[in-house]
Amino acid sequence: MAETPAPVAALDGAVVRFAGRARPVGPLTLSVRPGEILALVGASGAGKSTALSLLAGLRDAEEGGVRPGPAGRVGMVFQSPTLAPWIDVLTNVALPLELAGTPREAARDRARAALTAVGLGDRTGALPRQLSGGMAMRAALARALVIDPDLLLLDEPFAALDTVTRRRLIEALHTQWAVRAPRPAVVFVTHDVEEAVYLAGRVVVLGSGDGQVRAEIACPGLLPRRADHRADPAFRVAVDAVAEALAVAMDEVAA
Amino acid sequence: MRGPWPERLAGLVAIGLLLAAWEIGCRALAVPAYLLPPPSAVARALVEAAPRLLPSAGQTFLQAMQALALAAVVGGAAAVAASLHPAARGAIRPLAVILQVTPVVAIAPLVILWVGLDRAQLSVVLLATAVAVFPVFSGALTGLTSADPDLERLFDLHGASAVDRLVRLRLPSSLPFAVEGLRVGAGLAVVGAVVAEFVAGTGATQGLAWRILEAGNRLRTAELMAGLVWLTLMGLGLNLGVGLVEAAVRRRFGLVR
Repeated sequence: MAETPAPVAALDGAVVRFAGRARPVGPLTLSVRPGEILALVGASGAGKSTALSLLAGLRDAEEGGVRPGPAGRVGMVFQSPTLAPWIDVLTNVALPLELAGTPREAARDRARAALTAVGLGDRTGALPRQLSGGMAMRAALARALVIDPDLLLLDEPFAALDTVTRRRLIEALHTQWAVRAPRPAVVFVTHDVEEAVYLAGRVVVLGSGDGQVRAEIACPGLLPRRADHRADPAFRVAVDAVAEALAVAMDEVAA
Repeated sequence: MRGPWPERLAGLVAIGLLLAAWEIGCRALAVPAYLLPPPSAVARALVEAAPRLLPSAGQTFLQAMQALALAAVVGGAAAVAASLHPAARGAIRPLAVILQVTPVVAIAPLVILWVGLDRAQLSVVLLATAVAVFPVFSGALTGLTSADPDLERLFDLHGASAVDRLVRLRLPSSLPFAVEGLRVGAGLAVVGAVVAEFVAGTGATQGLAWRILEAGNRLRTAELMAGLVWLTLMGLGLNLGVGLVEAAVRRRFGLVR
């Protein structure tokens, strides 16, 4: 790791304690390299979401170092689209810019471009309730991308979607990642091993009890993926390796 | 009166049957009209006393609406203050609860004394406000503190100012709860206005409750009941009006029942 470039965000032995939980999460050590796509997998309660909150600077660690995105621009996508239901899609997507002080018209222009980029250019005036689950998630992705983030954090965003919609969204994510210069660093939390290996360049497996890093597996092939990537034998090998590491991590708790 | 047509129809039929039984019972048993007039007599009184009752109903309605508006402003402002700081919440909550648990009948003489007997209408508005303010405050406060936690995190992430958070997130989030509080408050405002008129007891308010009292004192029972009908209609109308607003808000928010 000596020759790797300075990380976009890093956790260095970060420990977080939760009220009513015997064991703390951590110490977590993790660094996110510029422009990489990193998948975080682990059993539920392993501290995946906690790691994202730390990287986003939304939560402080009790111990250890946390270096949230130094350039400051962090985009986030949650488990549900989390669009404000009282305003239309365009206003939702323009919101992060307006909160940061961008003039209204400029913010709306950029939001329109971001929505067009994810295929929602014709739905800017729709209210969130008028969108399907997949479209709402595209809008959430556009809202995270509209600020041109250096670090994009996604917390199990596609878990509730059907397979076809999920694959299309991963494709949209890859496209949006690839067209940007410089490419944002992406941290994607998921519990789906195949999804992790397909969309990321690197998968980190967190231990169940304490959220410590148990394994780190490089995913084969160039990003974004080719259409037949899932059939690649190297892909299957990586999926098996991650699944095995995850199984070991999950068994620790049972033992 | 929600629900499918057969259900609504059943409600109307039930009311019709009740009125018919009442009419027949009164005639068959020759019940004295001062004790229980038949529905036909009440209907006649509704028409004949309309020149007296209608302006009075308007007066009571107006006062209840003024009270509701005042309760919305005061309750809403108190809820915003309480939502902004724990200390403010600690200061306001007990006061609101004390106001809520004290019966309006009991504080009415005091308020009338303070405001002055010659300004009975203001007393009525203030007393109706006192009863209507708590549900409005409570609903608004619940709404202000129950914005989507992930949206709150998004506002944290993008460094939102306190004003932006209030105006762009918490106030809109509170709307469905606030209109629900307003709906309860509207009903209570009418109750409060009627009680206040009763206690004020003078003809100074010229409201519906005073007409009812007066009709009772003169044993004009049919007119008394006609006044009650107006009160009921007023309650139904208010409920319907606020219900429409509530439905519009809920539709906008995708919270369709």
